[in-house]
Amino acid sequence: MHGLSAVFEKEFRDHCGSRRFMILFALICLAGLSAVYVAAQSIRSDLSSDSSTEFVFLKLFTSSSGVLPPFLAFISFLGPLVGLALGFDAINSEKNSGTLSRLLSQPLFRDSVINGKFLAGLATIALMLASIMLVISGLGLKLIGVPPSLDEMVRLIAFLLITIVYVAFWMAVSILLSVLFRQAATSALAGMALWIFFAFFMPMIAGIIANVVVPMNADPDTLTLLRHENVSQMASRISPTTLFQEATVTVLTPGIRTLGPVLVRDVIGMIPSPLSVTQSLLVVWPHMVGLVALTLICFAASYTKFLREEIRA
Amino acid sequence: MGERAFTETTQTSKPGLALPVDETGAPLIVHTSDLTKAYGDFVAVDRLNFSVREGDIFGLLGPNGAGKTTTILMLLGLTEPTAGTMRVCGFNSTRDPLNVKRIVGYLPENVGFYEELTGRENLQYTARLNGIPAQEAERRIESSLAQVGMLEAADKKAGQFSRGMRQRLGIADVLLKNPRLVILDEPTLGLDPDGVNQLLDLIVRMSRQQKITVMLSSHQLHQVQQICDRVGIFVKGRMVAEGNIEELWKQTLKGRRLIIEVQAVPQGQQTVTALQGIEGVEAVERSGEMLLLSCNRDVRDKIAKAVGDAGAALLHLRLLEHGLEDIYFKYFREG
Repeated sequence: MHGLSAVFEKEFRDHCGSRRFMILFALICLAGLSAVYVAAQSIRSDLSSDSSTEFVFLKLFTSSSGVLPPFLAFISFLGPLVGLALGFDAINSEKNSGTLSRLLSQPLFRDSVINGKFLAGLATIALMLASIMLVISGLGLKLIGVPPSLDEMVRLIAFLLITIVYVAFWMAVSILLSVLFRQAATSALAGMALWIFFAFFMPMIAGIIANVVVPMNADPDTLTLLRHENVSQMASRISPTTLFQEATVTVLTPGIRTLGPVLVRDVIGMIPSPLSVTQSLLVVWPHMVGLVALTLICFAASYTKFLREEIRA
Repeated sequence: MGERAFTETTQTSKPGLALPVDETGAPLIVHTSDLTKAYGDFVAVDRLNFSVREGDIFGLLGPNGAGKTTTILMLLGLTEPTAGTMRVCGFNSTRDPLNVKRIVGYLPENVGFYEELTGRENLQYTARLNGIPAQEAERRIESSLAQVGMLEAADKKAGQFSRGMRQRLGIADVLLKNPRLVILDEPTLGLDPDGVNQLLDLIVRMSRQQKITVMLSSHQLHQVQQICDRVGIFVKGRMVAEGNIEELWKQTLKGRRLIIEVQAVPQGQQTVTALQGIEGVEAVERSGEMLLLSCNRDVRDKIAKAVGDAGAALLHLRLLEHGLEDIYFKYFREG
């Protein structure tokens, strides 16, 4: 096992000391701090008029005054970038610089190399996101002066875990690309292309798919409308970005009771109370399972490819 | 099973299993039988049989693309053979690569180091990968850096190293694990003549002082032949000749003409006649200040006497190095 721990330690140290990590860390810190600051300002002005402080701490992460997007939006935008940056040259740069064949001639199992790299990336992501969350929570606490309830803490921890998994998914994608492509630049670009596809084009494509599957005439009846909406939503859930957004919004907003279209019929007689943590988690459980599964699939693919490859000097 | 066998024999100076022996009883550290590697239809290594005796410096010589690197990768267990078996330090490389890698040092053709780390940090990483305890690792790093003359440069970033320094750091890296066998893939490639000599010196010292068997591959016969005890000539995936370089040379020269360059003072007709009188000399030509003797065998031992008898002094005597290239080209063409 000393092989795995040696690789892990080296990679973790490399990540933490690397310039790209520092740049991204600074960027997310800056975005997070300013988003929370702006959110806190608007929360303070809202609070004086409407005196409900329920879940006010969570609003730090989800609400915005229109000047800056909320922290949630920042993280769903920058998170993939962090994941891609940590993995896009994991294997191919070692191949190109000739360190891989030296590494593999040491007495360690080959999978220790890729496992160690993945775990080190995961640890880096966890460290980075957890510290950013702590810093901006501290700032938020100072600004609004309302401590988070236990319920809110659990929700924030769930949010942190989902975010870690989401960023780890993008890292797994980029490690896979670094196994597949020989040039680090190619794998970085391919990663960016996938990210842009899922973040920006997938919602449009989901609409097109829905139009094909459920054609809409000029005056569609309710049933067609509902089916159209359902197809569109399911199609967009192919994208891990959608999964992440739906999951985090639900976890951080206790008022969200269900995802997808709601009929007036369903709302009649409903007591507009927030969901408990466990109920919110239950709503997004499939999303979380989906994200973990996608991460594991990407990692398994890179693992298999890497283990079967012949590494020549 | 390999693990147990490994610990049983650690009492000896170098770990490993009992080695197979050749017909003279010399232990064989590398032994392959019918080793074959095919990529689809292309056969990179074709039923290779060869062995390396413990303590030797063995040269695996052949042109680019002959299958040298593929053979080395198979010996280290980095790629699986299509057919055939091999034993390295007594271990089966395919089934037990970890034990092989524990006692075999490998310097790849384009050795690379982590450029953002210093030379010393690179070695520390290798030591950790080999599970060497920190204190012991520091001691070994110091001694191996000293051996390759890299103590002063070791704290610079590896990205700043020249090719020669990288090769020397590579040797230090290999020595860390206290290897029984060291495999060097094209170690002299891309070095200037000075660098080549330094590196070859280093290899000879390493082999003699620490009783490490060395196997090196090269396509530059004239560079490595001076340090090899035995060579194998490897063409198109097959070993076409194996043995002591002198023997190979004599075999090759059989039935061939040799050119010997001679300079003497005075270099008059009398000297020429005397040289022509040596048995085996077929013709003597003048070429500038030199006389070129075409002979059907090596007559260098008789030339000094002949020149002296003719009342002249011998200034220069050299066998034109065509002979070495001849070995190479002979096998290349035949292969």
